[in-house]
Amino acid sequence: MARVLMKGTEAIAEAAVRSGLRFFAGYPITPQNEIPEYLARRLPEVGGHFVQGESEIASVNMVYGAGCAGERAMTSSASTGISLKSEGISYCAAARIPMVYVNVSRGGPGVGTIQPSQMDYLQATKASGNGGFRMRVFSPSTVQEAVDMTYKAFDYADQDRNPVLILSDGVVGTMMEPVELPPMRTDEELAAIRESKKAWAGIGHPFDVPRSWNQPGIWDTLKWEQQNKDNAALYESWVPEVETLDLEDAELVIAAYGISARIAKAAIKALRAEGYKVGMIRPKTVSPYPYAAYDEINYDTCKAVLDVEMAIPALHLWDVEKGVKDRCPIETCLRSGGIVIQKREIIAAAKKILG
Amino acid sequence: MEKIYERTKLIQADKVSGFCPGCMHSTIGKLIGEALEELGVLEKTFLITGIGCCGLHIDYVRCDNTTAAHGRACAVATGMKRSRPDSIYITYQGDGDLASIGLAETMHAANRGENITVIFVNNGIYGMTGGQMAPTTLVGMKATTAPKGRDPKEHGYPMHMCEILNQLTAPYYLERCSCNNPKNLMQTKRAIKKAIQNQIDGKGFSMVEIVTSCPTNWGMSAMDALDFLEDNMLKEFPLGVVRDRSKEE
Ligand SMILES: Cc1ncc(C[n+]2csc(CCOP(=O)(O)OP(=O)(O)O)c2C)c(N)n1
Ligand code: SF4
Repeated sequence: MARVLMKGTEAIAEAAVRSGLRFFAGYPITPQNEIPEYLARRLPEVGGHFVQGESEIASVNMVYGAGCAGERAMTSSASTGISLKSEGISYCAAARIPMVYVNVSRGGPGVGTIQPSQMDYLQATKASGNGGFRMRVFSPSTVQEAVDMTYKAFDYADQDRNPVLILSDGVVGTMMEPVELPPMRTDEELAAIRESKKAWAGIGHPFDVPRSWNQPGIWDTLKWEQQNKDNAALYESWVPEVETLDLEDAELVIAAYGISARIAKAAIKALRAEGYKVGMIRPKTVSPYPYAAYDEINYDTCKAVLDVEMAIPALHLWDVEKGVKDRCPIETCLRSGGIVIQKREIIAAAKKILG
Repeated sequence: MEKIYERTKLIQADKVSGFCPGCMHSTIGKLIGEALEELGVLEKTFLITGIGCCGLHIDYVRCDNTTAAHGRACAVATGMKRSRPDSIYITYQGDGDLASIGLAETMHAANRGENITVIFVNNGIYGMTGGQMAPTTLVGMKATTAPKGRDPKEHGYPMHMCEILNQLTAPYYLERCSCNNPKNLMQTKRAIKKAIQNQIDGKGFSMVEIVTSCPTNWGMSAMDALDFLEDNMLKEFPLGVVRDRSKEE
């Protein structure tokens, strides 16, 4: 299929439409404005709806409504705006309403900086709202990956009846790359998707069939505990996605996700060319996290794992530690505040460890 | 024997209401059910309750429903109605829900002219959480968080949601009603019916504000609460049509 040159945010928006997105609500914030702007043009062309919400809170609750009505629905924001969405995300997880949201993350905490950053890692992977629910969280390193992950995200959201997060950043979001776009889902396919949700979708059911009752909470504590147990079993069933490189002979393994992983890959190529044995673990899903990939490291040769991320204090490090389980030392190479990590900084950090 | 009265089909036959004695939430549930039945749309209706005593309805109604996050019912209804324009979406919200935490969602749904029906139950207090001050609490009226009574110097004045929304161009229909006597009750039913008919006809945003009592948190008997409502609440919140665009057409 022909490749087209697209900006990350617009590619995400187009992939969403092709996957069947028909309702989007969002509130402006840099660096993700092209998603709502693109969809304001694009959704009416395919009979969908775009609403500029009065806030992130309103937007995510509109998406709760559209998802509850059985439509493929999405919202997007960046960091401080995502915090406001946590209410609706938790409600979707509680009421088991499928939805997709995108965080084109920027420097934090607070309103932070508008430049790219990876400072929302723990919020994205561990506690995206109150109540201990989990989500599948995809982290793209390239625009193509952002497209493919977004396209799949809607299927996962429907399959699980749970929110799915695309955790992107200001670099992948704003760079332009050639991408191959997935096929547009046909009206028949979308009708079949809607039909599959009919039993629970909030459309007003005749009284001779069970009512649709999507509740984010109930009075019956035993029932709610059972739902939490069922949800926990669902979360357990998820399979992490990961890319690993040259772990067998590696004397150093770089652990990185998203844009940091992409820059780290370039650093590894340069290091390998100089004869350094460097491998890599790149989680594509940061939730569920691919801890098992760390068991593939040859700890007889590996001197250390180097966590590379755009967050200070280090956040991805929490999961790296859980994967390494004290089998070798862990070092870090970090930038923060909206500063994009440099290849040479990673090379220097690696050489310092390898001598 | 001829059956001359039947409980509305909206309410599950085997359910006994858990609302306090004298609470008008159950009355309003009945009126909504009757209006939906008479309009023939009961089985394509979806109820979006706010959080508060208003949310207790989810256990009684037979129709599809969800509980919106506190205050967000109008946003949830926006997403639903835009996605499924053929279904009927009714929000049912208390004063804390609609006028305090959900003020922005309410105002903006009204300002966009969303084609939804909003039932706003104004009892001047936070019912479910135990009698805290609401945006609609009367001046001088005691609340657990205003133990000396609402003091305008500190708390400002009661908010009049029909009049506030009447500042906007888009809303189609705004009426304030009550359920304190048979006459007002019948008017409330007519208003609810009209607000739903407007949605069926695609007219846009309709809100019926219903001034009610909360005997439990007002600390009164059901009968005393009716007197208080008549003598005080209805002075602050006068009944009547605030906006009806159908009259301008
Ligand atoms: C975000 C959030 N804040 C606070 C609460 C607690 N809460 C539950 S009901 C309620 C107030 C309800 O009062 P009102 O809207 O007037 O409804 P009523 O109970 O009188 O029908 C509050 C504050 C909540 N559920 N969610
Ligand atoms: S506390 Fe007040 S609003 Fe709630 S059910 Fe009792 S009387 Fe009704």
